[in-house]
Amino acid sequence: MKGIMKRGNLRQLTIAQIVAAILFLLLIIISGFLIGNDKLAIHLDMKNTAPSIAHPFGTDWLGRDMLVRTLKGLTISLGVGLLAAILSSLIALAFSLIASWNKRMDAFITWLIDLFLSVPHLVLLILISFAVGGGFKGVVIGLSLTHWPSLTRLLRGEMLQIKSAEYVGISRQLGKSRWWIARHHLIAHLLPQLFVGMVLLFPHAILHEAAITFLGFGLSTEQPAIGIVLSESMRYLSTGMWWLAFFPGLSLLIMVGIFDILGKNMRKLIDPFHGQKG
Amino acid sequence: MRYQQIALYILKKIGKLITLIVAVSILSFTLISLSPIDPVQSYIGADMTRVGPEQRENIAEYWGLNESKVQQFLNWGSHLLQGDLGTSLLYRSPVATIIAERFLASLALMGLAWVFSGLFGFLLGSIAGMKEGTWIDRIIKGYCYTLASTPAFWLGLLLVMIFSVSLGWFPVGLGTPAGVLAGDVSLFERLRHLFLPALTLSIVSVANVALHTRQKLIEVLESDYVLYANAKGEHGFTLFRRHGVRNIALPAISLHFASFGELFGGAVLAEQVFSYPGLGQAVVQAGLGGDIPLLLGIVLFMTIFVFLGNLIADTLYKVIDPRIRKGDF
Repeated sequence: MKGIMKRGNLRQLTIAQIVAAILFLLLIIISGFLIGNDKLAIHLDMKNTAPSIAHPFGTDWLGRDMLVRTLKGLTISLGVGLLAAILSSLIALAFSLIASWNKRMDAFITWLIDLFLSVPHLVLLILISFAVGGGFKGVVIGLSLTHWPSLTRLLRGEMLQIKSAEYVGISRQLGKSRWWIARHHLIAHLLPQLFVGMVLLFPHAILHEAAITFLGFGLSTEQPAIGIVLSESMRYLSTGMWWLAFFPGLSLLIMVGIFDILGKNMRKLIDPFHGQKG
Repeated sequence: MRYQQIALYILKKIGKLITLIVAVSILSFTLISLSPIDPVQSYIGADMTRVGPEQRENIAEYWGLNESKVQQFLNWGSHLLQGDLGTSLLYRSPVATIIAERFLASLALMGLAWVFSGLFGFLLGSIAGMKEGTWIDRIIKGYCYTLASTPAFWLGLLLVMIFSVSLGWFPVGLGTPAGVLAGDVSLFERLRHLFLPALTLSIVSVANVALHTRQKLIEVLESDYVLYANAKGEHGFTLFRRHGVRNIALPAISLHFASFGELFGGAVLAEQVFSYPGLGQAVVQAGLGGDIPLLLGIVLFMTIFVFLGNLIADTLYKVIDPRIRKGDF
């Protein structure tokens, strides 16, 4: 191991970490998809068993295998997080382009960012989920509408810098339209930042999804999302069935951690100057 | 001249608060009026079958639900200006009373966690920053990054399992023991019920402060004046006390004040896990039970709370740091 570490430079190490993280996440997704619903069947004769070799995560009060439920839950959470992060990034891109239009628009977008950041995030999520009427739709809309401010702020700063660059000024002098400049200069430069920002939004989105589902606003109880699994396990805690909460939560932690590693390494690769600092 | 500047600063902030409150009220009222949840139905609840259509019509009439949305907003807004937040449907008492009562319980929880996580985070961050690159720095950094991806409610569940179920040191939940009048509960019992939720919230909030402090301290240690101090023979704790603390304390404190929103988010989850009767639990119940007046009231109240935190952070910078004060107040 040490020999490999010595031979690989930072760039190779970063790429290796990215590949490993992606492989691990793919493993979760594929296993989540491959497991049919029949594996979630109820076996009352095997209920409440502690972790063993046959059931590494134990079984719940209906005899369902917790490993299967956890993997299914992770896949659902991943899907929701992915969708929300993509939508949020698109909103962020649109807003930062609008902010580039003129001073007034810029002030408006800044004000909007401040407005969204001034209400506690979880309270805003509850409010939006209430407005949409809960369920899958409520979670996705809520997460997408609340995760854009920090990324927009970042993109806006970047955009302001590019806008004052000489080549943008030359394009303007040559009579290119604003839309042309936005497409060829701004978006082209913002894309890497946007992509990395999106990956780094995942952990937040997934954690908030789990939290809001745990509170009872999110996905319905038929969908075995991680938040649902954990909130159900809460009722059985006092009976000493620790595995119901321990393993699903730990799996969620690991998945979120991997996304974080993935995002940070990608930033190191794409934006070495800022990436090295953190 | 100086007083004029201060007055201008205060006026500016008040103006900002007013526009913020107006914007948040409009935003949250719009969101709620979009909701497919019927307020009359959530008010009647389980008695659905015993209430006829005429009675439902009467309730809707009494609440002014038949008026236009704009008119409803204006009604609510004018009551709000007179300090009347309406009546909670779930608790059947004025919203302002419930918020005041619940907020005190939450404040005890959040305050304890806030102070503890601030001190502990600053300590961890300082150690990691002074020993950058060593194993102790790696452990602290790893701990913080792990915490950042830990679901707060799961941590709460773990603590319940370890300390309440297995060891039996602390009660499983609630703010006071069951079956005892609120007035008779001793301070010790209250603290015992407060301990685990506060611990959960503290552990979660540590990461942010610690990482920020570490980063700032590393920046400070790379500066020219530290190099000079090193050359004079200062090192270790003396160096930290003379050149480190002063430069990193202010950003850390400000950051900590500006994190009231996240603190409340954590409190909502912690209160839910421990059934602690605070404002976080109330907002969840209001959202699930369709209690619109309470939900709106809490949203407005928390907005002001977060604004105050940011205001203190902002003002601290100006009052304490002369470099920032000089520019514009």
